[in-house]
Amino acid sequence: MKSSLKNMVLVLFCITLVSAACVGLVNMITVDPIAKAKEAAEKAALAQVLPAFDATEMSEHEADELAIVAYKATKDGEVVGYAVKTATKNGFSGMVKMMVGFDTKGTILNVNVLEQNETPGLGAKMTEEGNPLLASVQGKDAAKVNFTVKKDGGDIDALTAATISSRAYADAVARAYAVFKVAAGWSDDVEATSGATQTKEE
Amino acid sequence: MANKVTQLLKDKLLLVWRGVIKDNPTFVLVLGMCPTLGTTTSAENGFGMGVATMAVLIMSNIVISLIKNVIPDKVRIPAFIVVIASFVTVIQMLMQAFVPSLYASLGVFIPLIVVNCIILGRAEAFASKNGALDSALDGVGIGLGFTFSLTVIGAVREVLGSGAIFGYDLGIGSYTPLVFVLAPGAFLVLGFLMVLFNKFLKK
Repeated sequence: MKSSLKNMVLVLFCITLVSAACVGLVNMITVDPIAKAKEAAEKAALAQVLPAFDATEMSEHEADELAIVAYKATKDGEVVGYAVKTATKNGFSGMVKMMVGFDTKGTILNVNVLEQNETPGLGAKMTEEGNPLLASVQGKDAAKVNFTVKKDGGDIDALTAATISSRAYADAVARAYAVFKVAAGWSDDVEATSGATQTKEE
Repeated sequence: MANKVTQLLKDKLLLVWRGVIKDNPTFVLVLGMCPTLGTTTSAENGFGMGVATMAVLIMSNIVISLIKNVIPDKVRIPAFIVVIASFVTVIQMLMQAFVPSLYASLGVFIPLIVVNCIILGRAEAFASKNGALDSALDGVGIGLGFTFSLTVIGAVREVLGSGAIFGYDLGIGSYTPLVFVLAPGAFLVLGFLMVLFNKFLKK
């Protein structure tokens, strides 16, 4: 079709209008199911890292410019543990997000990696059951763990050939503990506690 | 009459087959290299990216072939991009809402489809010159070709690099060269597969 200013403007306007209307319509249909799916995923992640609970209370914190959410889990009104949705920017390819569960004494119950883009077969092994990273923090009293990989003088067993991913994992768990301490009322300031245990990227 | 029908069917099948083999988007047209190199770290990832691209490609081809007569030549590219981007957004939202588990594993690839030049390439080279049915079939063929290529590249890289296939461990994990799951391995595997594919194609 021959182009003239009039038909170009008119056609592009119509196409964008119809497209925007379609996207808007689909958004209206999907906004509720998306929110529900996210909620269900979050609940499932919480259930994996916490003992049985019937209610959670959310609190939002900020550590190293990352928004970290802590959940206080209660059963029959009694606190049974805390879960911290933590993150790190130090992953091999982008953000790593995970859920870390603590009991009331600060023992790490479980870690569940929610989002990662690490290399399959290397860093991505952090999502597997019983990997060395998880094994070196699970069931440990977080106060007694030095959250750096063994290569850097810490207590965390790194994944083979994935030192950067392992450092990121340690970093995220350390941050979770720092936020846990605030959520549990042991400390007032996240920054002050996380600085000491942070792993630095080379 | 019956002859005409079988001839027509044969033509349509050839159209699909051509997209898979003769016009294979990865090994022959060499389009969409960014998602090809980036997402083929495992067979599963390659397959997922291929299928997601195919879905968008079929729909965008159909719509573009339907509206091709009202689009002025000078604004056809922006018009195509708007159509493609809308489809990608719609698919992303639908997947997120109704198949969250699939979205969790494929979600990162979906926005990448907008910038996949296969989609724009087929819109420009095929859908803007042909009818809706043929364009849809072209989408199926090219989509299958892309899925096939990405799955093969992903499988080769996964077996050589991490000693597994579709996530199933072959028990050779500690003897495999890491380079194949990393970026340089993508170029190596793509190059060798391209040579092999074209050698068989020439025969």
